[in-house]
Amino acid sequence: MPANFGFNPADMTRFLPEILLAVFGTFLMVLDPILQKRASYAFGHLSILGLLAALGGSLAAYNNAGPAFGGMLVIDGYGTFFRVLTIAVGILTVLPSYRFLARQEAETSEYHALLLFSIAGQCLMVVANDLIMVFIGLEISSISSYIMAGYLRDDKRNNESALKYFLLGSFATGFFLYGVALIYGATGSVNLSTVRAHVLQQNAEPVLLAVAAALMFVGLAFKVSAAPFQIWAPDVYQGAPTPVSAFLSAGPKAAAFAVFLRIFYTAFEPIGARWEPLVWGAALLSMCIGNFAALLQTNVKRMLAYSSIAHAGYVLVAITARSGDGAAALMFYMASYALMNIGAFAAVTYLSGKGDRFVDVEDFKGLAKKQPMAAALFTIFLLSLIGVPLTGGFFAKFYIFRAALESHLVWLTVLGLLNSAVAAYYYLRILVMMYMHEPSEASETVEPLSTGLRLALVLPALGTLVLGIFPNWVLEFAGKSAAMIR
Amino acid sequence: MNLLTGVLFLPLAAFLVALVLPRNSGAGRTWALLSSTGIFAASLGLLAYFDRNLGGEQFGVDVPWIQSPDIHFAISVNGVSLWLILLSTFLTPICVLISWNYIKDRGKEFYAFLLLLEFGLIGVFLAQDLFLFYVFWEVCLVPMYFLIGIWGHDRRIYAAVKFFLYTMAGSVLMLAAIIYLYVRAHTFSYPAIVDMLGSGRLVFSSQEELLLFLAFFVAFAIKVPLFPLHTWLPDAHVEAPSAGSVMLASVMLKMGTYSILHYCLPLFPGAAHSCAPWIAVLAIIGIIYGALVSMVQPNMKKLVAYSSVSHLGFVVLGIFTFEQTGLDGAVYQMLNHGISTGALFVLVGLLYERRHSLEIKDYGGVATAAPWLSTVFLVTTLASIGLPLLNNFVGEFLVLQGTALANFTWTVWAAIGVILSACYMLWMYQRVFYGELGDEVKHHVPDLSPREWAAVVPLIVMMVWMGVYSQSFLPPVTRNTAIVLKQTNVNVSYRVQAPAAKSVEVAHAR
Repeated sequence: MPANFGFNPADMTRFLPEILLAVFGTFLMVLDPILQKRASYAFGHLSILGLLAALGGSLAAYNNAGPAFGGMLVIDGYGTFFRVLTIAVGILTVLPSYRFLARQEAETSEYHALLLFSIAGQCLMVVANDLIMVFIGLEISSISSYIMAGYLRDDKRNNESALKYFLLGSFATGFFLYGVALIYGATGSVNLSTVRAHVLQQNAEPVLLAVAAALMFVGLAFKVSAAPFQIWAPDVYQGAPTPVSAFLSAGPKAAAFAVFLRIFYTAFEPIGARWEPLVWGAALLSMCIGNFAALLQTNVKRMLAYSSIAHAGYVLVAITARSGDGAAALMFYMASYALMNIGAFAAVTYLSGKGDRFVDVEDFKGLAKKQPMAAALFTIFLLSLIGVPLTGGFFAKFYIFRAALESHLVWLTVLGLLNSAVAAYYYLRILVMMYMHEPSEASETVEPLSTGLRLALVLPALGTLVLGIFPNWVLEFAGKSAAMIR
Repeated sequence: MNLLTGVLFLPLAAFLVALVLPRNSGAGRTWALLSSTGIFAASLGLLAYFDRNLGGEQFGVDVPWIQSPDIHFAISVNGVSLWLILLSTFLTPICVLISWNYIKDRGKEFYAFLLLLEFGLIGVFLAQDLFLFYVFWEVCLVPMYFLIGIWGHDRRIYAAVKFFLYTMAGSVLMLAAIIYLYVRAHTFSYPAIVDMLGSGRLVFSSQEELLLFLAFFVAFAIKVPLFPLHTWLPDAHVEAPSAGSVMLASVMLKMGTYSILHYCLPLFPGAAHSCAPWIAVLAIIGIIYGALVSMVQPNMKKLVAYSSVSHLGFVVLGIFTFEQTGLDGAVYQMLNHGISTGALFVLVGLLYERRHSLEIKDYGGVATAAPWLSTVFLVTTLASIGLPLLNNFVGEFLVLQGTALANFTWTVWAAIGVILSACYMLWMYQRVFYGELGDEVKHHVPDLSPREWAAVVPLIVMMVWMGVYSQSFLPPVTRNTAIVLKQTNVNVSYRVQAPAAKSVEVAHAR
């Protein structure tokens, strides 16, 4: 595709968040030798500053919406929604990290720089309209997060986590890239709009196209930890530093889902009837495996990992719906999921103590007696994960299953809803521990909430409640921008 | 914003205030008593302004809440829900009174959850938008879960989790059905859907209707609870603190029966009619089975819990007679059960506070130690077994009369339940209150204190009033049930006429 690579100031505005994130990230790395440990909080402050700037940047970019760099990026409502979401996830990851890193005596700027780079990659992914751009974004995001998963390099589990994530992750990226190559072979282009046009005119070799779609599905299903490509998630989430697990379960996942939807709703939309059964199966399998395996977990981080697999299943239901409503439901779901999940992980960070010692379900015993505020906030997240009304999690599920029923996916809806009743059990177990038992060692010794952790719990809790009581605003935006994807 | 909105949101406001009260002081209970009494007074205002000569919904409020999908904050009150709301607001202060000294640990949270529960319960009875209804339905679940799980007895955690999961499993299917209704009707508004069904603008195939009916009905039947879905109830009742048991038995179970009456019948009349014989049989099994199991219980609370299964069987049976008297009786029986079983749980709770045991064998001779407590208990017992001049008699009579109109065999079987209820209640009364006075009972069971009198007297007054002069209560009920019945029958007859051509085809095929 002929592209005009001449300098265009509008392109720069549209690319502003990535530029800002990269600049701040690089600046942080340079700063490390200068500041060292003397002002370790400065790293955190600076990365929040960078993220806020990027937030402003993405809004500025949206003000000037349109394609950039010859159609390789397209800045639309959908992309901006996810840009803002991943940046917000970044902020909510930095907040609990203050306390976490201080506790581990591992405050470096490299942690924050990697986070910013990873988010830059995700921001790029979600606005990419070109498979190569998607791939570059995916790689930037993934490689940074591989390193973050192994950030505490003296910790055995951190190493295991990073290695597993890296090996399986590169495999999946390989699958994705192979799919991209085949698409190029079949259609002669990697631009999503052009590919779509070719598919519509049935210019492309159907077998090649189907194989390419399947390969890309495998790669992306891995990234969103959907079954049967979910095996890495529990080990990685359990082993990684807790704030990083929170980040992994929200940021990269949201970006990967955004890409998933964009590719399958644009380029492969014309062959929707063929991939629908594939996604249908993956959705059901993810929900069942995630929920039933979570029932058996005793480690909270591992349990949340399985729960995030199950939630990936719910989101795949939205993709299966193949409608504008489905896309809007996916956007809303990712927003409320990111908030409640990152909040839940922040609560785990709060309790876990030095060296992530207290991460068992049992360790939450009696937290409500010792720290009622923290327990109450965690309760909001758990109720939202269950899907109790007046929380974001409920509306998110509601919209997804409505979209599914509009598309006549009756069985998937019934099975999915039954699954969410099963899920209630393991979330309730934490509530039982917090409220209905005498305090454990962990709750006895836990320190009062620090400012960063307090914010990391209060902000997502407020967000969860707002999405649960006044979802209009977000929903309207999602509906409007979902209609523009095609 | 009218009186009804006020009555709905006052408990929520009281809950929020309770949250910021200082911990570990008496402030929680004082606030709860004051606010819940105030809410009761406000709901009496509702009664005063309710136009008894008018059928249908009153005090309607309809405010758009979410644009897409079109969800409204739509509430109104009718002749049936009016009484159920009054029942909730009436019992909440009583629950506060009986928990006054009993709840020592984390009192503030206890009363906060009680107020939140009141909010949810009122909401369920008021909602006119299916989505809003579901929201309130689930909102009730959370405070009750905590009430049982934190302040309950030994096996409280098991009971609380079982309660939550049972209800949740039922309600997710209802959610699926609600969404399906929306997809078909493009509205969540209950009156609009009933109207569309009545005028034939919305028609379900009989298979669709049956599945939708079952999705709703199972959720409600779990809540009622209808045999064989009742197994969560004895656990929840026995383990809950007294106040929790009272709210659970008196009001929460009515969520199920009210919803069957209000939703299942007018929305899916065809399926309701065709399932009626099956449901009636289950209800009768529940009546007799509940009574028989009550009879062998060594634990007082469990006995009362199983007696609830039996009593609620009458309510369900009355609803599925599709007779005016049957429906009236069912509604009246809901209220009666709320008052008399609520009172039984209150009194059993008072005994437990004194003797710290729920086992019948640990008692005996209480009548000597605490004569007034025994008298009050006796009146309640007699009310519960349906003695004329006390409330349950009226309800049971109407239900049996309605059943006789529909199917006389059912009446015979159901009447056995009435006899059995006399057996188990009187037998328990005899073992607990008469007989030899043990040392434990003698020293630890004082008579009623003024605070306890304050909790018990209103209940006794209501039992007598409802038994002697049911005219104070029944006319608005009748007006509303007549409408329900009319909607049900109109919708049925429409369906019978419209696909006439189809039935001819079927006849040919045979």
